Amino acid sequence: MVHGELWTVKELFVLPNEYIYWSIQIVMYPYMTGLVAGAFVLSSLYHVFKVESLKAIARFALVFSFALLPVAMLPLLLHLQQPLRGIHVLMTPHFTSAISAFGIVFMTYGCIVAAEIWFVYRRHIIETIAHLSLKTARGAGDSLLLTIYKLISLGAADLSDQALRADHKAVRLLAAMGIPVACFLHGYAGFIFGSVKANALWMTPLMPVIFICSAVVSGIALCILSYAVFMGARAHLARRNPDPALSSERRHGIEEHEVRSTSRYLLLFMVLAITLELLDVIFRGYTAVKSWDIVRQVIYHKDFFKIFVLQYGLGNLLPLVLLLLPRLTTRRACVACALVLFGVLMMRWNVVIGGQAFSLTFAGFMEYHLPIIPDSMETFKEGLFGALLVAGTPFVIFYFLNKIFPAFIREDVH
Amino acid sequence: MKRRDFLRHSLVFVSGASVSLAALEFVSVGELLAARPEARWGFLVDTYRCVGCGFCVKACKIENDIPLEANVTRTWVERYLILKDGRVLADSPKGALHGFTDQRVDRAAEGFEEVSNQEIASAFFVPKLCNQCDNPPCVQVCPVGATYQTADGVVLVDHKWCIGCGYCIMGCPYGVRFFHPVEHVADKCTFCYHRISQGLDTACAQACPFGARRVGNLRDPDDPIARILLTQRVGVLKDEFGTKPQVFYLGLSKEVR
Repeated sequence: MVHGELWTVKELFVLPNEYIYWSIQIVMYPYMTGLVAGAFVLSSLYHVFKVESLKAIARFALVFSFALLPVAMLPLLLHLQQPLRGIHVLMTPHFTSAISAFGIVFMTYGCIVAAEIWFVYRRHIIETIAHLSLKTARGAGDSLLLTIYKLISLGAADLSDQALRADHKAVRLLAAMGIPVACFLHGYAGFIFGSVKANALWMTPLMPVIFICSAVVSGIALCILSYAVFMGARAHLARRNPDPALSSERRHGIEEHEVRSTSRYLLLFMVLAITLELLDVIFRGYTAVKSWDIVRQVIYHKDFFKIFVLQYGLGNLLPLVLLLLPRLTTRRACVACALVLFGVLMMRWNVVIGGQAFSLTFAGFMEYHLPIIPDSMETFKEGLFGALLVAGTPFVIFYFLNKIFPAFIREDVH
Repeated sequence: MKRRDFLRHSLVFVSGASVSLAALEFVSVGELLAARPEARWGFLVDTYRCVGCGFCVKACKIENDIPLEANVTRTWVERYLILKDGRVLADSPKGALHGFTDQRVDRAAEGFEEVSNQEIASAFFVPKLCNQCDNPPCVQVCPVGATYQTADGVVLVDHKWCIGCGYCIMGCPYGVRFFHPVEHVADKCTFCYHRISQGLDTACAQACPFGARRVGNLRDPDDPIARILLTQRVGVLKDEFGTKPQVFYLGLSKEVR
C-alpha cells in the first residue's frame, strides 16, 4: 500500500498522487516545539523582566523546557520515510529550504537552554558535591549522582559573591538571548507551513506570528498545569509522610498568587493569538481569491466542528471565560489550562490536516482517519500511539532531569 | 615550528584550498552532471489528440518501475465532462491506467455518477506529468538537496539521498510527486531522463498511438516542439504560482486545474 493511502479517504475529484502525507506526527511537531518555546518564554519573564511572582514557576519552566527539547525532534524522525537519513538535514543542509535551518536553530537553542540551566544550578551543583563528598556511606545512587555532578560542574567550584553575581548576570543575558531564539525556533516552524505556496490554506505571512503566539499560550498553560499537578502531588505525598525532617513548605501545593499572575500572561498571549487567527480567516473571506471557495467549504462545512466547536469554543472561549471570572482558584485555572492545551493541539490539527483536506484541483476533498490500533510499524508511528509516545516522553525525561536539577526547590538562588 | 614557518605553511594551505574550491566556480556541477547541457527539455501535450486510452500511464509505470497496481503514478490522464447545466465533472480512476472504459464518473468516496449522453455538452481528456518547472518549488524546499535541477532543465530526485520528509510533495502545486511504494523516497516524472539523453523518446510519448505527447529541445529552433511553441497558441497549468512550467498544452480549457 502506498504511504498515506491507509488513512486518506478521497471525495470527488482528487489527483491520483494526492494523499494526506503529513499526518499526526506533523501535528505533534509544531505542538511540541511550541511547548518548548512557550515554557522558555515563561521562564525568561522572570529572569529578564524580573517578574517576582513567577520566580518558582520560572525555574520549573526552564527545566521542563529542556526536557521537552529533545522531543521536539522525535515527531520529525518518526514521520520520515528514511529515518536513518535524518542526520542529512544537519550534515548537508540545503539552505533554500526552511527545514534546513532546523539543525542550526535547534542546536543554538539547546545550547542556550543548557547553559542557562548550568548557571542557574551551578551553586546547587557545587553545594551538592560538597554535601555528597562528606557523606561516608554512599549508596550506588549517591555515587552516580556525585559523578554526574562532578562532570557537569566543569570544575567551576568558585562560590564567592563575585562569582555568583557573574552567574546571575549570565543567566539574565542567556534568558534575554533565548527569547528571540525561542521565537525563531517556533516562528520558523510556522514559516515551514506559511511558505508553501502550493497550499491555499497554509500560505500566509501571518503563519509564523500565529504559531509563536499560540506556542507561548500552550507553553504557559502546560507549565501552570504540570507545576500545579506536580506540586499538588508532592504536597499530598509529604502530608502522608510523618517524617518531621521534611520542610514545611513541601507540604504546600502551588501558591494561588503564582497561578493568578501566570494566568494573566496566559490571557495576554491568548487574546493576541485569537486576534491573529481571526484576522487571517476574515482576510481570506474578504479578499476571496480563487481558492476561497474550497477553503470556505473546509472551514465552514467539513471542519466546522473541529474549528469552531473544539478549537475556538472549547479551546479558546471557554478557558478565556474561566480565567476572566473573578476569584480564580488553582483548580479552575488548571481546567482552563487543560482546555487551552487541547485548543492549541486542535489548532495545529486544523492547520496541518485541514490544509490537506482539499485537493489541488479545488474540486475534491480528503478526509483523515487517524490509525488507532498499531498493527504495523507505520500505523504505530503515524497513529494514536505514536502521538502518545511523543506526548509522554518529555515527562519521562523530566523525571530524570529533575533528579539532577531539582525543579521544585524554593531556596534563594536565581 | 617557528612562527614564520607556521604563517608560511598556513598561507600555502589556505591558498591551495581556495584554488580547489574556486574550481567549482569554473566547472558547474550541474552542467557536468547534465547529459546534454546545451538542451532545455520541454513537453507538448496536444489535448485534441488524446482519447484517454491510458497506454502512456501503463508504459510509464513499466519503464520506470512503479508497481502497476499501486495507486500512485508519474503520469496520469484526466477526463473532463462539461454538462449542459454548467456543472463540470472530472475524474482519473487509477490515473487512467486502464483507460476510460466506463461512462460513469468516478466520484471517489461518493461512488460512481451516471451521466447520460444527452446531458453532456462537451468532453475531453488532459494528460498530466511533471512540468519540469524553470523555478521548481520542490527543489527550493528540499532540506537536503536530494532533488535538483539539471542544466538541461529536468528536475530529478536522488533516491539514495532523499530522507522522505514529504516537503517537496507538499510544495508541488501540480500533485506530481508521491512516495515510491517500494523505495520509500519521493518520486516523480523525469521526462524519462535516461531515455531522452540517449536520443530516445519518453516512454509515454512512444506509447501514445495518436501523438498527443511529444518531448523536445526548446533551445533548438528546428525542433518540432519549439516551432509549435513559437507559432501556435499554447497554455500552461497554474502559472499563477510563478513556477514557469515547461509542459505546454494545445487546446487547454479553463476548467483544467
